[in-house]
Amino acid sequence: MKVLIYGYGNPGRQDDGLGNAFVNRIREWVAVEGLHDFSFDSNYQLNIEDAEAIADMDLVIFADASEEEIDDFCLSKVDGTSGVSFTTHAASPAYIVKLCEELFNKKPLVLLLHIKGFEWEFKEGISDKAAANMNASLIYMKKKLLHPKKFLKPGLKFC
Amino acid sequence: MSQKITIEPVTRVEGHGKVTIHLDDQNNVSQTRLHIVEFRGFERFVQGRPYWEAPVLVQRLCGICPVSHHLAAAKALDVVVGAGTGDGLTPTGEKMRRLMHYGQIFQSHALHFFHLVSPDLLFGIDGDPAIRNVIGVALMHKDLAVQGVMMRKYGQEIIRATAGKKIHGTGAIPGGINRHLDPAEKESFLNGPDPLNIDHMITWSLGALDFFKGYYKEHKEFIDNFAQFPSNHLSIVRKDGALDLYHGVLRAVDNEGNRILDDVDYQDYNEYIEEEVRSWSYMKFPYLKHLGKEKGWYRVGPLARLNTCDFIPSPLAQKEFEEYKAVTNGKPNGMCMHFHYARLIEILHAAEMMKELLNDPDLLTGELTTKGARQPEGVGVIEAPRGTLFHHYRVNEKDQITMANLIVSTTNNNEPMNQSVNRVAKSWMNGHTEITEPMMNAVEVAIRAYDPCLSCATHALGQMPLEISLYDASNNLIDKKRT
Repeated sequence: MKVLIYGYGNPGRQDDGLGNAFVNRIREWVAVEGLHDFSFDSNYQLNIEDAEAIADMDLVIFADASEEEIDDFCLSKVDGTSGVSFTTHAASPAYIVKLCEELFNKKPLVLLLHIKGFEWEFKEGISDKAAANMNASLIYMKKKLLHPKKFLKPGLKFC
Repeated sequence: MSQKITIEPVTRVEGHGKVTIHLDDQNNVSQTRLHIVEFRGFERFVQGRPYWEAPVLVQRLCGICPVSHHLAAAKALDVVVGAGTGDGLTPTGEKMRRLMHYGQIFQSHALHFFHLVSPDLLFGIDGDPAIRNVIGVALMHKDLAVQGVMMRKYGQEIIRATAGKKIHGTGAIPGGINRHLDPAEKESFLNGPDPLNIDHMITWSLGALDFFKGYYKEHKEFIDNFAQFPSNHLSIVRKDGALDLYHGVLRAVDNEGNRILDDVDYQDYNEYIEEEVRSWSYMKFPYLKHLGKEKGWYRVGPLARLNTCDFIPSPLAQKEFEEYKAVTNGKPNGMCMHFHYARLIEILHAAEMMKELLNDPDLLTGELTTKGARQPEGVGVIEAPRGTLFHHYRVNEKDQITMANLIVSTTNNNEPMNQSVNRVAKSWMNGHTEITEPMMNAVEVAIRAYDPCLSCATHALGQMPLEISLYDASNNLIDKKRT
């Protein structure tokens, strides 16, 4: 099962870098565990070329900072039927999935990991509260990623 | 009773703004304003930081055009470390930066045209908004949508190879560059499997131009007349008058083509350019000092660049440039929708320049940096995808930045964007008391032509939408739409 873990945000804007930090931590863990078929990416935001990047994957996990009213973190399933945002240069995950379907005729399973953030100023570094949320998400996601087919089953921590 | 309309958010524009439109007693447009409603003082944030951090720090401004800020800051700090302006670098230093910059221009312009503009052309300003987007393009013109994706990917890969990474790239440093191009990557960029090689990119760039010219032939009245108005134009040009997006002298022309800023050194930009503050917007209004606020404002970006330069130093783009200039008999072009035409010529030029650079052995070997006598301040100017970008820093004896001033491309286009909104509002909204979707999109099409990055201009975070509101003569809100 080919898995892509893709974090996005601006790490120069405090908790906006949660997705990037999550990917860095997972990448280190995957190397230590010696797991195969994982690939990683990180950027300021999603954009149209990511439709091609996800096309050859079986499972894609986008990780992003969230301002939503959630406890610490949660997952949502992304498909090309809802939340397709094309309102700025930054594309929503649903937009990428829809483009992938239309342009490359591929439908990987795509999940978005929302990690609650709090601070968004011109600073490097994640706030303590946000780091705690990321650590909680790491514990949860590592268990699942040891056997990625678990993401196909019910019981995920959905938003 | 007169009325006021507000448009917020403007879609497919990066950043946050609000358009307000006032109607008079006859429901004709009496006043329009593009407001920018958020500001975070980045210039203050960099004060006190070591100057060598600036080329990386400034990428926090915006995730859309970090490469432009990275290079403009590095160019300013070249002066501080005594390396002089752009042509004072080592051949490797300058050429690696140029390759990074053309990669940025190529991917940014491709994204704008295929992703943001083509839906308006293919489906019309008043087309069904449900399909007037790149998903609609993907469904009905799959080849175009795929080209947009792959051209953007190619440019992004060039940036990664020269800047080092996608986020907070470190390639450009004060006095030069910190790496050579990897020979295997050079080979891949030149001769990789289709479509990700430079010849394919050039072919697609020509194809995009053909597509636009075909559209133009069939929709000449719309392309020529939509939000068109005369203006001044400003950019850097090479000393011999060639289009040069990386380095040159400041030149401005008026709507007749007369030089109103005659190839001056951009180190002295603040002798020529002033920024006006208006109470209703956080985005300033730059103008040429000697012409004053009323007559001194100017456009920047692709349209301006093809008005200020004398020729394009790459053969295919030069051929297209000659055809483009013939449309206005060689006079400056003030037609708003011709921004797209000019942008496509620049895509082709960027692709040609990338090919030339990729074949240059200086990218693989040679000195990376240079320096000289330390200076207390420096100015860096670059032609970013959206237009002329100024970075100015002063540095104390402890190597700390004591002053920073940035004039970003979108700020330079502030008055022209307001002028464009005004013209579109008058032609689409006079006599109406309700905002229709095509009216909203018409206003947005005019703003979108400039490819503004409002988050860059205001230094705000991420996605910031915009809204249109309509007010009557008594300043009562009578309609409001968010897109």
